[in-house]
Amino acid sequence: MTALPTRKLEAWRFTDLRQISSTEFGAPPAMAAAPDLPDLPFPRFVFLNGTLNAALSTAFAYAKPFAPVREQGAQPMALINAANAKDGINIEVPDGVDAGEVLLISQASGATPFAFHPRHRVTLGQGAKLTIIEIDKGEGVYWQNALFDIDVAQGATLQHFRLQQESVEAFNITSIRARIAQAAAYEHFTLTLGAKLSRTEIEADLVGETALAHLNAAQLLGGAQHGDFTTIIRHKAPNCPSRQTVKSVLAGKARGVFQGKIEVDQIAQKTDGYQMSQALLLSPDAEMDIKPELQIFADDVKCSHGATIGALDEEQVFYLRSRGIPEADARQILIRAFLEEALEPVTHDASKAIFEDALESWWGKQ
Amino acid sequence: MSSTTDAVIQDLAAQKYKYGFTTEIEMEEFPKGLSPDIVRMISAKKGEPAWLLEWRLKAYEAWLKMEEPTWARIHHAPIAYQDLYYYAAPAKAAPKSLDEVDPELLRTYEKLGIPLNERAALAGVAVDAVFDSVSVATTFRDTLAKAGVIFCPISEAVREHPELVRKYLGSVVPAGDNYFAALNSAVFSDGSFVFIPKGVKCPMELSTYFRINARNTGQFERTLIIAEDGASVSYLEGCTAPMRDENQLHAAVVELVAMDDAKIKYSTVQNWYPGDADGKGGIYNFVTKRGACRGRNSKISWTQVETGSAITWKYPSCILQGEGSVGEFYSVAVTNGHQQADTGTKMIHIGKNTSSTIISKGISAGKSNNTYRGQVKILPGASGARNFTQCDSLLIGDQCGAHTVPYIENRNASAKVEHEATTSKIAEDQLFYCRSRGLSEEDAVGLIVNGFCKDVLKELPMEFAVEAQKLLAVSLEGSVG
Repeated sequence: MTALPTRKLEAWRFTDLRQISSTEFGAPPAMAAAPDLPDLPFPRFVFLNGTLNAALSTAFAYAKPFAPVREQGAQPMALINAANAKDGINIEVPDGVDAGEVLLISQASGATPFAFHPRHRVTLGQGAKLTIIEIDKGEGVYWQNALFDIDVAQGATLQHFRLQQESVEAFNITSIRARIAQAAAYEHFTLTLGAKLSRTEIEADLVGETALAHLNAAQLLGGAQHGDFTTIIRHKAPNCPSRQTVKSVLAGKARGVFQGKIEVDQIAQKTDGYQMSQALLLSPDAEMDIKPELQIFADDVKCSHGATIGALDEEQVFYLRSRGIPEADARQILIRAFLEEALEPVTHDASKAIFEDALESWWGKQ
Repeated sequence: MSSTTDAVIQDLAAQKYKYGFTTEIEMEEFPKGLSPDIVRMISAKKGEPAWLLEWRLKAYEAWLKMEEPTWARIHHAPIAYQDLYYYAAPAKAAPKSLDEVDPELLRTYEKLGIPLNERAALAGVAVDAVFDSVSVATTFRDTLAKAGVIFCPISEAVREHPELVRKYLGSVVPAGDNYFAALNSAVFSDGSFVFIPKGVKCPMELSTYFRINARNTGQFERTLIIAEDGASVSYLEGCTAPMRDENQLHAAVVELVAMDDAKIKYSTVQNWYPGDADGKGGIYNFVTKRGACRGRNSKISWTQVETGSAITWKYPSCILQGEGSVGEFYSVAVTNGHQQADTGTKMIHIGKNTSSTIISKGISAGKSNNTYRGQVKILPGASGARNFTQCDSLLIGDQCGAHTVPYIENRNASAKVEHEATTSKIAEDQLFYCRSRGLSEEDAVGLIVNGFCKDVLKELPMEFAVEAQKLLAVSLEGSVG
């Protein structure tokens, strides 16, 4: 098996996978029941310990059978996924079809550590539309190493909203590779609440004019959780906008990572790239590491990134307290306001409601 | 881009390096290559004590085990370290006064406009001029000596003030710190030593001009500046180099130490030969510069205007250890032709209430690549630390690259870190506005670029500000659009 990347690799300098390499993972056990499925009127794919469960899933007109793909890339996580992939969704939406919403649900649970490597393929034809709502949950020690290959053809729009609520003993590495054609859009949002260690890595290639990528995320981590959101946006055609807002709230000894690279090829004139990354450290032991990176070879571009890390603004807390709001409430109001902005890019109401509920329950546990 | 602009760019690219001349004076050279014997010869030549030779040999051992770093965004043919000369000095013995200085050498300085004699007095600048490797003339020693300031070649300091050198040499940049620092530690030939005693404000700005002259000679300057409690000093470093076809390696090390309430301001104007229009030749500038704010409320400020060198690999840094200490980094890096610059800073916050400011302006033109690479690290003990970073890039022409690689690591909740970066080209409306007021395209670009760099240029001491603006104009004149 391909070795896991180590911190010696620049792309992994902030995320240490030794916790995964030192754990013995077995094959996923069979799992029958899937508690707590969201009550939403959309077609659904339900994976139990990495295997599609036909009884819990519903029909979706554009689903194709799982077909393993030969891995072309050289990335370690993709190679490991390819070598072990046994199941995954395979969606092909034909030209001009609005396929609505689908739910992609992963539930995991087992007595001893196990691993599964879902390999998902999503292809949208010209002008097609699809919204994927993904929810990852579980109990116990396991490692989900998922990979998405996404192709969005001319004029098509794919929305991909993810709630990562894995067991706090689990590991989740999700790699997403998206190819976005002319006037097409890939809108992504991940809310990371779960897992002991997680990383979402997205490579988005904007290959046609005015192709658009929104790669947004929010992470709320506590305890000894480690959450990593890493993106590479490659502007390979002129006039493409890309937008990113990444917000992290870190309590306990949690560590948050954001690495965001924007590459602009020489041909990609009139690129408009914007990236903002903000982190709130709520405890003295929390840590945030940010590496926003610009690599630009075209001259007529507008690219900017901003990053801030800090505690809650004491002046703002004071302002609220001076209006008679107790300190604890004042802090809560400010943190919620901070997160509210992170959810703004989620324009899909049903998805937004899921994220808001998840935030509410996270808040209740703090 | 308009055709006028294209024409202007062509003109500028064709511009000859204004300071490209060589001085024909006799050089004393050691055999080529690097070995423990060469290290011993350099040390013996300088009459160094045993501890220093041992330190050099240790650095050499460390260097042998290290690998040349590859993480920077620079590309060059492998450097044949065994093909270089590691020591070169003017053949005559070090002069005791200006009268004894080789007239040819003095004429070179004159061409470069260095105020070494009377002009120096008017300018209020003391010059410790380094011609290749040996310091040949030092002025204003008396004035400085009266104030208790030591400003001399480091080889002299080794003889006259061994206890100070031994205490501080390698205390900020250890001998084995990185590949180029280790190389420097093994073979450093000379450089400046500055010691400002307690409570003394250095009566004048100190200045050293470096000049690479001997063919195939690596330059390994070593600078050490110490400011004791309450002391302050402003140090100016400027460089030009004669035209050459072969690449020349320059691996300097600069160490700064600031104790309680001390202030060190270190300013650089770097205009070494960048290579010709095809990217041939030019200086390889691999420099390690680091300052330690050891005392409470100490301050170290780096200001640099980098327009020269084929390759620049340079990250002036601050270790903010003392409570309330301040680090600053102001940088303008201009690349044109085939130049490659990978430069930035590191701010390591260790002490409470430490603060740092980073302002970096990168301008890329021609076929050059310009990278800002920086790190801001807040350690758990740095409560109340504060950082503000702004790095802006300007692209001129569609063959160049501008890159930003900041690392921001915060491990203290009460610290506040802010980072902003933008990349853009000169706005058409700004150009149009200037042109509608009768400015030529080139002047308009010059004006806009000067405005772009203003935050940094205003940090330069008076002596450098004029030179820097001229340099900027010269470097950019040909590249605007």
